[in-house]
Amino acid sequence: MNAISVRGLTKRYGDLVAVNDISFEVGQGECLALLGPNGAGKTTTTEVLEGFRHADSGEVRVLGVDPRHGGLDWKARLGIVLQADRDLGDLTVREAVRHFAAYFPSPRDPEEVIEAVGLGSKAKSRNDRLSGGQRRRLDVALGIIGSPEVLFLDEPTTGFDPAARREFWALIESFKAEGTTILLTTHYLDEAERLADRVAVIAGGRIIACDRPSQLGDRSDGIARVSWIEDGRERQSTTDSPTAYVLALAQRLGGEVPQLSVHRPTLEDTYLALIDDLPGGES
Amino acid sequence: MNRTLYLGRKRVGIELRQFFRDRESAIFNFALPMILLVIFGSVFAEQSVGFGDVTFSQYFLAGMIASGVLYTSFQNLAIAIPMEREDGTLKRLQGLPMPKASYFLGKVGLVFVAYIAQVTVLLTVGVLFYGIDLPSSAGKWMTFAWVSVLGLLSCTLLGLAFSVVPKHGRGASAIVAPIVLVLQFTSGVFFVFNQLPSWMQNFASIFPLKWLTQAMRYVFLPDGASAIEVSGSWQLGLCALVLIGWTIGGFILAMLVFRWTPRGSS
Repeated sequence: MNAISVRGLTKRYGDLVAVNDISFEVGQGECLALLGPNGAGKTTTTEVLEGFRHADSGEVRVLGVDPRHGGLDWKARLGIVLQADRDLGDLTVREAVRHFAAYFPSPRDPEEVIEAVGLGSKAKSRNDRLSGGQRRRLDVALGIIGSPEVLFLDEPTTGFDPAARREFWALIESFKAEGTTILLTTHYLDEAERLADRVAVIAGGRIIACDRPSQLGDRSDGIARVSWIEDGRERQSTTDSPTAYVLALAQRLGGEVPQLSVHRPTLEDTYLALIDDLPGGES
Repeated sequence: MNRTLYLGRKRVGIELRQFFRDRESAIFNFALPMILLVIFGSVFAEQSVGFGDVTFSQYFLAGMIASGVLYTSFQNLAIAIPMEREDGTLKRLQGLPMPKASYFLGKVGLVFVAYIAQVTVLLTVGVLFYGIDLPSSAGKWMTFAWVSVLGLLSCTLLGLAFSVVPKHGRGASAIVAPIVLVLQFTSGVFFVFNQLPSWMQNFASIFPLKWLTQAMRYVFLPDGASAIEVSGSWQLGLCALVLIGWTIGGFILAMLVFRWTPRGSS
């Protein structure tokens, strides 16, 4: 059984259709990343799954339960990291993590969680004195304290420096290794590529592509762009057999090809192309 | 049910820590009556209120204890909850396996503990510096107990209900504080009640504070001081009725209007 299944989810705010007939599934232990511009419907979708909002139509199941009727036992199996909050400022890291452990039937050890998110040296600090990245790691600590089966991460690494982001990815990968199902919302394409088994691109309330990061859009076609300098001018060409193309080029130019580069579309290229192709400039 | 109580107890602990560590809430809801008692007690120390040798500081102490009910419950919650709605506290709690009743139990526990601590300090200051005599009869202490409980319950529920009025957490105190102040001026806290114009007395009689101050005067002033009450008596029965009425009304109102999410976020 899938950990999350969404069939025909639609959610309106007045005249605005925030989410328009979305369907997807997330298998047990899988990590799905939701990508998309601001206002595309990512957070609305996530909040319906978390039970904060109710769908206007469609069928939603998380761990086999309709979030609309999810009771306390169901909530105990979820971990929710919302977009950045400013609450709990008057408590210390340790007090907050210990307190939140009390809500769950089988919590992780608070001290281990504090260490795992890299706040060991900050355990006695007041939360309102943490940096943006440290504060976000506290949110993650509170999201995983209950050893959730499904973990929702809404833009978890906003405000992280590159090193902290890499540490955070390693942490999330350890949860994946334990079999936690993860629904990740992010603006960072490298984050999605590293963590997600599949990515779904949402724009204008619809899923416009959903695949493995390496297969999304035209990435599976093997099209590459070769560029070089010839006669003092920048030249480029796209090809589906870059090796043969470069060999031929080397022969023609008699050896070293000036400024040679072979570029395959990154996830970011593919993502931006998908968003650009939308009618009506939805991005 | 056990779980609701267990988590309610945990909530009381965390609420108390946050209440006393937040400088603004600790001063505004907790220390203010003590500051006012020292100021008013010093300025009007020996001023008579029109009955025997009862001084204004004694009269004022009763008013401050009654105000303490309002500060720790109504004012505290009506300011803190809009902030919690805005800073993500309430949303985070909604996503937890916590019965909603535990949150409300936490607030009730916070209010009662803060009030008991506040009254203890007020009475200590009053006895040590302003010559206030503590009641010697068990009956008066019983009255003190039931009046406090009914006052705290009704004003807690009204605070929960009123927490939906301020649009933003930041502006909440600017809406709530004037209401509390007006009630204090009209209910016999800052002025002697029977010297107020009757329209003001009638206005104040609608709300709990007037009845709380009157009952606290019964507890902390000599019995004969009922002579300076408007009706010439303590009206404890009527006080109980009004407070029970507001408790029931506050409960219904809070059930109807309390929101976990900010306005405009369906």
